[in-house]
Amino acid sequence: MTYTKEQILSFLAEVSDPEIPVLSILDMGIVRDIIMADEMADIVITPTYSGCPAMDAIGFDIKMKLLEKGIQKVKITHVLHPAWTTDWMSESGKQKLKAYGIAPPQSSSARINRLLFDEVTGIECPRCHSVNTKLLSEFGSTACKALYQCNDCKEPFDYFKCH
Amino acid sequence: MNLKNLYHSFLLHLADSSLIIAQRNGECCAHGPILEQDIAITNITLDLLGQSRNFYQYAAQRLNEANGSSETEDTLAYHRGERDFKNFLLCELPNGDWAQTITRQFLFSCFQQLLFEKLSKSNDEHLAAIANKSLKEIQYHVKWSSEWVIRLGDGTEESHERMKKAIDYLWPYTGEMFMPATYDIINLEDLKSIWLNKVEAVLQEATLSVPANTFMHSGGKSGVHTEHLGFLLAEMQYLQRTYPGAEW
Ligand SMILES: [Zn+2]
Repeated sequence: MTYTKEQILSFLAEVSDPEIPVLSILDMGIVRDIIMADEMADIVITPTYSGCPAMDAIGFDIKMKLLEKGIQKVKITHVLHPAWTTDWMSESGKQKLKAYGIAPPQSSSARINRLLFDEVTGIECPRCHSVNTKLLSEFGSTACKALYQCNDCKEPFDYFKCH
Repeated sequence: MNLKNLYHSFLLHLADSSLIIAQRNGECCAHGPILEQDIAITNITLDLLGQSRNFYQYAAQRLNEANGSSETEDTLAYHRGERDFKNFLLCELPNGDWAQTITRQFLFSCFQQLLFEKLSKSNDEHLAAIANKSLKEIQYHVKWSSEWVIRLGDGTEESHERMKKAIDYLWPYTGEMFMPATYDIINLEDLKSIWLNKVEAVLQEATLSVPANTFMHSGGKSGVHTEHLGFLLAEMQYLQRTYPGAEW
C-alpha cells in the first residue's frame, strides 16, 4: 500500500516533541519535507538548535509512529539549511504552548535583542496575562527558552525565545 | 588518518575548538555561581557541542569519501590523540574562577561570530549551513558573555581585580586565533582589527583595558598544546578508550 504525503503528515501530527509534549513536531515546524519514493518514506527534519538532544529521539518516534501505521521503510534525513526559526511554529502550536504555561515566541525573529543589558519586554505571563514581566535569565530550562518572572503574580515562567 | 587534504584539517580545527571549550564549560555543570548562570553556561555548552557534532559529522563524511575510511563523529572526538587536536589553546585553558570562565567565552565567542559570518558565505553549502545555524546561537553567547565582562569589570573592587587577572592570563592566547595555519581558508588578518575593536569597546565599558604585553602563544592549531589538554582528553575520552565503541 502506498501513502500520500497528506496521510503521512496526518500521522506525523501524532508525534509529539519530547521536550514539550503538548506540541507535535508539525507545530514546532521541524518537519521540512516528506519524499515518497517506491515504498520508502523519507522524512526530512531540521534541528531547532545545533545541540538539540531531542533529534535522535524525534527520529526514533517518527519511525515508531509510521511503523504503527503500517509503514515499514522510513528514512530520516537531517537538514540544516535553511536554519530553523521560531517563525515556523504554527499559530495553534503557540496557543497550546501558552495553555501549557510557556510564553510563546513573539511573531518575528527580528525581536532578538542584541543590545547589551537590553531585554525583550512585554512578554505576557501565561498565568495571569500581565505584561508587567521581567527577564531573569536569557537561558532557561532548555536551549530554546529564557526564564522570566511576572511582577504581578510573582510566578517565574519559561519564555520560548525568538530564534 | 590521511590528512593530505588541508580542508579536512580545517574542518577538524573548527570541530575541535567548539568541542574543547564545550568540554571545559561543561565542568561548570552543577558548579555555577548561581542556578541561573549554571544553566546559562551549560546551555552554551550544549550549543557548542552541537556545533562540534555538525563539524565532526561533516569532516567524517568528507574523510570517508576521500580515503575510503570509516570515521564517525565519535572516532574523531574520542580516538584521536592530543597531537591530533587542532583547537585554539584558549579553548583548553582551565576554568579558573567565574571571571576567567566568562572572559574565555567572551574572547572566543566574539571571534567565532566574525569567523562564522565569513563561513556562512562559503561556496561549500554544507559548511555555510552549519555556520548560519551556529550564528543564531552565537549572538546569544556574545551578548551574555559581554554583559558578564561589564558586570564584573565595572562591579566591585574584588570583581574588577579578578577580571584584570583573567584578562592578563588569557590575553596572550588570543593572538593564535589570527595566526594563519596551513589549512586556514579565511583571511584572518581582516578579522583581527574588527575583533579588537569589538573586544576593546566592551572592555572599556567594563573599565578594563587590553594588556600592554603583546607576547602571544601559539601551537594549538598545529597540535602543540599546553599541559592542560592531555588531562582534559584523558577524562573526556576515558570511556571510549577503555571500551571502544561502547553505546548507551
Ligand atoms: Zn503573572
